[in-house]
Amino acid sequence: MSVQEVLPLNGVAAAPSGQFRADHLLVAEMVKPGSKVLDVGCGDGDLLQLLETRGIDGRGIELSREGVNRCVAKGLAVVQGDADTDLVNYPDDAFDYVILSQTLQATRQPKVVLENLLRIGRRAIVSFPNFGFWKMRLQLLIGGHMPRTENLPATWYDTANIHFCTIKDFVQLCDEINVKMERSVALDLYGRPVPLNLPWWVWNMFGEQAVFLLSRGGGK
Amino acid sequence: MGSVKSIPSPAISADERSHEVDHPSSLVAHFGTEQPLRLDCGIDLSPFQIAYQTYGELNADRSNAVLICHALTGDQHVANVHPVTGKPGWWETLVGPGRPIDPKHYFIICSNVIGGCMGSTGPASINPATGKVWGLDFPVITIPDMVRAQAMLIDRLGIDTLFAVVGGSMGGMQVLQWTAAYPSRVFSALAIACATRHSAQNIAFHELGRQAVMADPDWHGGGYADRGIHPHRGLAVARMAAHITYLSDAALHRKFGRRMQDRELPTFSFDADFQVESYLRYQGSSFVERFDANSYLYLTRAMDYFDIAADHGGVLAKAFAGIETRFCVVSFTSDWLFPTSESRALVHALNASSARVSFAEIETDRGHDAFLLDVPEFFDISRAFLQSAGKARGLSLEDR
Repeated sequence: MSVQEVLPLNGVAAAPSGQFRADHLLVAEMVKPGSKVLDVGCGDGDLLQLLETRGIDGRGIELSREGVNRCVAKGLAVVQGDADTDLVNYPDDAFDYVILSQTLQATRQPKVVLENLLRIGRRAIVSFPNFGFWKMRLQLLIGGHMPRTENLPATWYDTANIHFCTIKDFVQLCDEINVKMERSVALDLYGRPVPLNLPWWVWNMFGEQAVFLLSRGGGK
Repeated sequence: MGSVKSIPSPAISADERSHEVDHPSSLVAHFGTEQPLRLDCGIDLSPFQIAYQTYGELNADRSNAVLICHALTGDQHVANVHPVTGKPGWWETLVGPGRPIDPKHYFIICSNVIGGCMGSTGPASINPATGKVWGLDFPVITIPDMVRAQAMLIDRLGIDTLFAVVGGSMGGMQVLQWTAAYPSRVFSALAIACATRHSAQNIAFHELGRQAVMADPDWHGGGYADRGIHPHRGLAVARMAAHITYLSDAALHRKFGRRMQDRELPTFSFDADFQVESYLRYQGSSFVERFDANSYLYLTRAMDYFDIAADHGGVLAKAFAGIETRFCVVSFTSDWLFPTSESRALVHALNASSARVSFAEIETDRGHDAFLLDVPEFFDISRAFLQSAGKARGLSLEDR
């Protein structure tokens, strides 16, 4: 599959309502009601709560003990675990969707994690910050330092994000491991979808983050 | 050299103890010869009785019953003053008005386990065949036996499905056994500081305790009751050893350090110079006031035998295949008796079974005992889990 074939989703991402994050609303929109979902790296459980309001049976894995305990205290079915080591414990086809929201870049083995997502779930939804975003490029080009943004404020030496990638990189990885990209959306700095009539390199330049709906490829 | 003080004798007589065994200060369900308890060892126990307490009211749908399972040395007095010790209920931090398990919302049941000594049939009870105390003639019981007896009690109370089964340590083992044996009868399960099997280290500690009891000359091969005595020294030593496993190095250090007990300098004797010694001796001597030595042997044995996976072809996930019960598993960071790794193994099995499970590890330096202590994070999680399950169950948990 070529990059050009990946068409953006029609303008679905509602403007940030203040209650839910734009990327969460976008992810939630991609999940069919009534399905069973695993959210890997679910943080404080905001996305799971949003999914539950839509009648979706959600489960979560979260690395930080504080995050897990806050989730469980919200009545969510969340377990403490590590995406890099614990996904292997889940059986094949256990979920309709497995979501990896803003977590891919923090895993030690993004490729293995991605493969596991599509083994456990029939579909995967992956969102990540785009390192090809113009502000990132500018910081490296002009500033000469590792980029830092409002959403990613950590310095290079204390960041948990060890595997940054660009939209282009991610699409290449999907091609490499034969993953089918069903839908994809780039969100700009304000959480708005980048208009779909623009060429892909614009996405890679102006998308601050990207959300992909993936399924297993038909085999090569 | 100073005098060597031995562990003090219990404050109450053997007669008082046996009174609670046969005539407990709680509700009692009697099961006659037509309703024997089929034990794992192959024996039918009959007749037998179960002593239990209830708090709150069963609702019209009979859908708000919560079964509390007690730990090794607990009993049915979960949320009321203990009839022997006069102390508050052993889990009043979790169960009671305004607590996560509030009798205002739930019909709460807590029964003394089979093999116990607070009114349910056990080795301290009278064997109807001989008219004498069972002693070691009592059949060896297992955690599944305890749960089978509880199921008979729940039947007797006219309850089909329990809204929740809750327990820590040996109580947590019973929770897991409930879900494995009666998955459709358990809507939600809160398993705290427990494991699906007893580890080699835990069996070793239990063996140490049992040998301490059996080494006491007053034990008399388990026949002490007929002689009107009790091997309180051996049982106290067993309790002291076990109590260490309920704490942590950090907790002991924080609580006692190397501080001296009512003295400035060492006495150059084997007296309890250190506060930690004095504390352990107190724990030992107060325990024997309310607990039967043979009962301690039987209940520790039941825990040793516990291994859910072994009962399901060695595959833990098979025990929970297709289960719809909502699980919440809680462990504590400094618990080395039932470490987090045991809970994690359980959670992996539940995930593999596609069960709905929450799992939280709570940071505390208070060791295994943390589940009985005031740990607000644990209460928040318990409350939220039960509220969320209650919502799914259609319970009205508003103030009424």
